[in-house]
Amino acid sequence: MNHAAHLPHHRKTFIGWISRWLFTTNHKDIGTLYLFFSLFMFFFGGIFAMLIRAKLFVPGTTFMQPNSYNEIVTLHGLVMIFGAIMPAFVGLANWMIPLMIGAPDMALPRMNNWSFWILPFAFSILLGTLLMSGPAPNFGWTMYAPLSTHFGPPSTDFLIVAIHLLGFSSVMGAINIIATIINLRAPGMTWMKMPIFAWSWFITAFLLIAAMPILAGTVTMMLFDRHFGTSFFSAAGGGDPLLYQHAFWSFGHPEVYIMILPGFGIISEVIPTFSRKRLFGYNFMVYALAAIAILSFLVWGHHMFTTGIALTAQLFFMYLTILIAVPTGIKVFNWVATMFKGSLTFETPMLFALAFIFLFTIGGFSGLMLAIVPADIQYHASYFVVAHFHYVLVAGALFSIMAGVYYWLPKWTGYFYNEMLGKLHFWISFLSINLTFFPMHFLGLAGMPRRIADYALQFTPLNFTCSLGAFVFGAIQFLFVYNIIYSILGMGRKASDHVWEGTHGLEWTLTSPPPYHSFTTPPKIN
Amino acid sequence: MMDKKVRKTAAILGIIAFLFFSFAFTMVPLYNTFCRTTGYNGKVDLKAAKHTNATIPINRKITMQFVTMNNNDLPWDFYAKASYMEISPEQNYKMIFSVKNRTEKTMTVQAIPSVTPWQAAKHLHKIQCFCFSKQSLQSGEAKDMPLIFWIDKDLPKDIKTITLAYTLFDVG
Repeated sequence: MNHAAHLPHHRKTFIGWISRWLFTTNHKDIGTLYLFFSLFMFFFGGIFAMLIRAKLFVPGTTFMQPNSYNEIVTLHGLVMIFGAIMPAFVGLANWMIPLMIGAPDMALPRMNNWSFWILPFAFSILLGTLLMSGPAPNFGWTMYAPLSTHFGPPSTDFLIVAIHLLGFSSVMGAINIIATIINLRAPGMTWMKMPIFAWSWFITAFLLIAAMPILAGTVTMMLFDRHFGTSFFSAAGGGDPLLYQHAFWSFGHPEVYIMILPGFGIISEVIPTFSRKRLFGYNFMVYALAAIAILSFLVWGHHMFTTGIALTAQLFFMYLTILIAVPTGIKVFNWVATMFKGSLTFETPMLFALAFIFLFTIGGFSGLMLAIVPADIQYHASYFVVAHFHYVLVAGALFSIMAGVYYWLPKWTGYFYNEMLGKLHFWISFLSINLTFFPMHFLGLAGMPRRIADYALQFTPLNFTCSLGAFVFGAIQFLFVYNIIYSILGMGRKASDHVWEGTHGLEWTLTSPPPYHSFTTPPKIN
Repeated sequence: MMDKKVRKTAAILGIIAFLFFSFAFTMVPLYNTFCRTTGYNGKVDLKAAKHTNATIPINRKITMQFVTMNNNDLPWDFYAKASYMEISPEQNYKMIFSVKNRTEKTMTVQAIPSVTPWQAAKHLHKIQCFCFSKQSLQSGEAKDMPLIFWIDKDLPKDIKTITLAYTLFDVG
């Protein structure tokens, strides 16, 4: 950011600096804010993860009370989902979508500012529960009734308000992205010429608009049950706690696709660049995204196989869940086909993208195992599930974000990161992530339950291994931060306009870094 | 011009978001209707049914089991006079449930029924049931509460045992 010409006019004082970021309506500024915020929350959630693994390093109730453990598990989930993964994707969308579709800015810049600045407040409220007297929310990120209603600590109300704010933020962000893509595409950019990352976000934004309000409604009912004498989720008053699970998972399942579809978009940008080929089967990639999005609303019951739902319902959800493997398989196939006979090079973004394909597929297969009703009855609520969703969310969503950041960072700052350190970051992350989460498959199959602060003695060696891997993974992320700073401060090689050899698309026609206001006159698409 | 189009898109999307917010609440009646009509979850209608109008007894034996539970260690005695009875379809039966408030204060409770297997739920008809309303008992007071019910002849052939479980909740 040492290009004074690219910066907006503001007074060169501290107040001027604050008001520039506080009142900014520029999509690049807001994208940067989102990305820094999510990086900060990633470390915050990471501290929780380290505490969890420190607790489980050895068996026994040393180091931490079980209730503190429950609080930390709850907040780890909420912070990582709503604070780290989702804002990172929204940040990437803010930065890249206007550049990719040739728009001057987002369609609703003021709302954009608002949807970002809600986040710090929401997370202050959520994390403030740790400082209150009495326990913080301690019932897991799924907030199951009656744990969160009848038995929820008073701090649960703060959690509910925080969720409402996060819902507002996400829905406004999603509306902005859809409005931008529908209305501000450069002349000649037809739907099927749109970059795949923009497509993936367009579909994700619809998932957000549908799913987040359902969560908001569900936590509102929770609030009513807690304070206003209703019994939505209480059997005593004629309600049903199972209804909570239905309502929650009809948000929760689309939510997991909200956290992976933009990742698919990033990978579909990175793989062609470093293969020096066009994306194989572009149309099918778009259709597959849409198919996954539609199916994601019809499979919530697979989280509830052991709740006693009817056999016909179990079969319905099982078959539809397995059906998702088809569009997902198309995507994996097309990524591999893109690389086939390409001139591959293995820079850091490509390494993360390859690891994504490999590890996300492992997570997908364990998901298929969990989708099978009789098998799920065995695996349910065990560490096998923990292994599954960390493979798709850490090795999947997080790796795709890292691939995206390394890929676009030289475009944003004008300077490369340190390639050697980037590769080191990748390899140590790749090894430690598998060291952390692969043994969890075995722990789960051997019967170790999740969400419990202690475990039986025979699980000690594998838990020791998991914790070791987690500490390494946590520590090596400082290298990621260093590399980002390295690029921002311009310590690396200067980046050309097209940055990488095999890049295509409007964003690479601009200078690196792009001017503060880009595409004030719409570009021509041929 | 462009601004108008953007605003229109944003307004439509805002309305969609609001509709999904409302959808969360409409899930409540939808879910209840779905469960009551299909009997999924073993939910039964909490309204009094009519007497059976069958005249010829059907020769089929079904074991009807009664299970009682207290939610959250509710300090009440609550049990059925018999743990099971042999019944035939299309005939009325009566079972007495006893309750006693063991606490020092007046309490109001509500019994919530559940039927296993759930396929039997819609074939169980209750003519009279203490679960239709809340029950208030003073400290130390005891009461016998009747349940009058019948099973219809359309009960699936493979069901030979039905378990009717009541959970007693403190409703303040």
